[in-house]
Amino acid sequence: MTIAGVSGFTRRRLLGAGAGMLVVRALSACANAAPPAAPKVVVVGGGYAGATAARYLRLWSGGAIDVTLIEREVAFVSCPLSNLVIGGSRRLADITIAYDGLERLGVRRIRGEAVAIDAPARTVRLAHGDPISYDRLILAPGVDFIYDAIPGLRSPAAQALVPHAWKAGPQTVALRVRLEAMRDGGVFVIHVPKAPYRCPPAPYERACQVASYFVRQKPKSKVIILDANEEVQSKKALFTAAWNGRYKGYVEYRPNSELLDVDPAGSTLKLDFEDVLADVINVIPPQRAGAIARELGMANANGSFCEVDFLSYESTAQKNIHVLGDAIQTAPLMPKSGHMANQHGKVCAAAIIALLQGRDVNPAPLFANACYSYIDDREVVHIASVHAYDRAQKTMLVVPGSEGLSPAPSADEAAYAEAWARNIWFDMLG
Amino acid sequence: MRSRYLPRLLVAALGVCAAPAVLAADSDAGRDIAANCASCHHGDRRSGAAIPALAGVDKTMIVQRMREFRDGRRPSTIMQQLAKGYTDEQIEAAASYLAAQKP
Repeated sequence: MTIAGVSGFTRRRLLGAGAGMLVVRALSACANAAPPAAPKVVVVGGGYAGATAARYLRLWSGGAIDVTLIEREVAFVSCPLSNLVIGGSRRLADITIAYDGLERLGVRRIRGEAVAIDAPARTVRLAHGDPISYDRLILAPGVDFIYDAIPGLRSPAAQALVPHAWKAGPQTVALRVRLEAMRDGGVFVIHVPKAPYRCPPAPYERACQVASYFVRQKPKSKVIILDANEEVQSKKALFTAAWNGRYKGYVEYRPNSELLDVDPAGSTLKLDFEDVLADVINVIPPQRAGAIARELGMANANGSFCEVDFLSYESTAQKNIHVLGDAIQTAPLMPKSGHMANQHGKVCAAAIIALLQGRDVNPAPLFANACYSYIDDREVVHIASVHAYDRAQKTMLVVPGSEGLSPAPSADEAAYAEAWARNIWFDMLG
Repeated sequence: MRSRYLPRLLVAALGVCAAPAVLAADSDAGRDIAANCASCHHGDRRSGAAIPALAGVDKTMIVQRMREFRDGRRPSTIMQQLAKGYTDEQIEAAASYLAAQKP
C-alpha cells in the first residue's frame, strides 16, 4: 500500500463520520430503500492535473465515485523531461506511460475529444459517440496555441515545418530529428513567447539541452534564444551562469525579441529591426486555455485563461465545472508547471468529495511546487516553494522562506529529478 | 457549498426513517498535507533510494527530520526550503497520517 493508497478506506469511510454514517445506518435500518447511484465525475484531459484528480477521486472515495476520464491520446507523455529527448539523452518511450494504472483503479477511460458542454443538462459532448453525463465536471485540457499573431504559421502546413515541441509526443521527436539532421555549424533558434506560458523555465532548459548536444556532437553550431520577455523568466542566474560558463560561445540570449512573423520556407524569423536566419526553428507560440475550457465564458481572465475558486477549482463562471492545470489563471508566483497541476488535482479531488458529501471544503489548502531543470544530461537545478491559501485575498500566496533555488547545478539533484519524475508519474497514474 | 447529491442520498437512504441530518466536519487535514509529500515521496520502488518512501515511517522520525531541515541542521537541497512552508501543527498532522499508512 502506498501513501496515497489509503488502506482500509472503504465506502463507509467515504461517507464519513457525519451525515455519511447516518446514511449507512439508515440504509441498514431501511432495507427496502434502493441504494443511491454513485456520483459521477467526468474528467477531460489525462495530463498532470486531470490524471491526478481522477486517481485521487477514486482513492479518497474508496471507489465510491464513478470517474470517467476523456483523453484523446492513447498514453501519457510527460512534458517534464521531454527536453532530454530533444537533447538526446532520453527516448520518447522513457517518458511515456500507459493509462492502465488508472483503469485498474476503476477509472473508466474514453479515448476521444470533448467538444462541447451542456451545463444545464450536465453533459459533455464528444467528437464521436454519445454525450456523457456528470454531477461534476473537471476540465484539464492544458493549453492551445495562438498562431493568429504569426501570419507565416497560420496554416497547418506551415506549422508542420516549424515544430513547437511544447506538447510532448510526436512534436518532441520531430524537433530532435531536425537537430540530428542539421549540419555542424548550423544555428538553432528558439523563440520564447510573452509570459504566461506553460512551464516558465522550460525554454531555457531546452536551450541548455540543445547546447549540450552541440558541445558533444556539433561543436561549430550555435543556439540563439529570442525571448519576447525582457528577461529570463525562471532560474535566471542559474541559466545565465550556464550560458556564460559551460556553454560560452554556444548560446546567445536576446531579450525583448518579440516575434513578428516566421518564413518557414526561407527558414527566417522576423523581428522588429532584423531578420534572423536559422537552420532549425523552434517557435513556442503564445498560449491560452484549451478550447473546451474556453466554452461558456469560462476563460474570464483576458479571454485566455480560466478564473477558479482556489478552494475547489470550480470555475468562477460555471457551477459544477472545475478547471485545473495550465488552463487556469494562476495566482502570482504560482507557475504553470506539471507539479502544480498535480497539486491542483488533489485539492480539487478533496473538494469534490467533500461537496458530494455535503461537507465544507478544506478552507486552507496548502501545496508545494518543485521544478527541476537539466543543465546538461548529468547536472540539475531546482526551484521550489510552498503556497498557502490566503482567506483575505482569496488566493494562493507563497509561504515566506519556502521559496528558492539551487545554489548551482549538481549531480545529486539529477538523482532527485529522476526520482521526482518516477514518483509523480506513479502519484498521478498509479 | 453544498452538494445537490447529499439531499438525494439522504432521502434515498432515509426513506421514512426520519433522523436529524447533523453534518459533522470530517477533518482531512493530515491526509491533504501528506498528499503534498506523496507527489515526490511516493512508494514507487523503482525510484530507488534517492527520495525515500514515507508510508509507515515513524511519526517522531518524520517530525524530527522536518525540524532539522527547517532549522538547517540537516543538509539538503530542496527540503530546507519546503520544510519552512509548514507549521509544527501541519507537520504533526501529516506525519501522523503517513505513519499510519502501510508501507
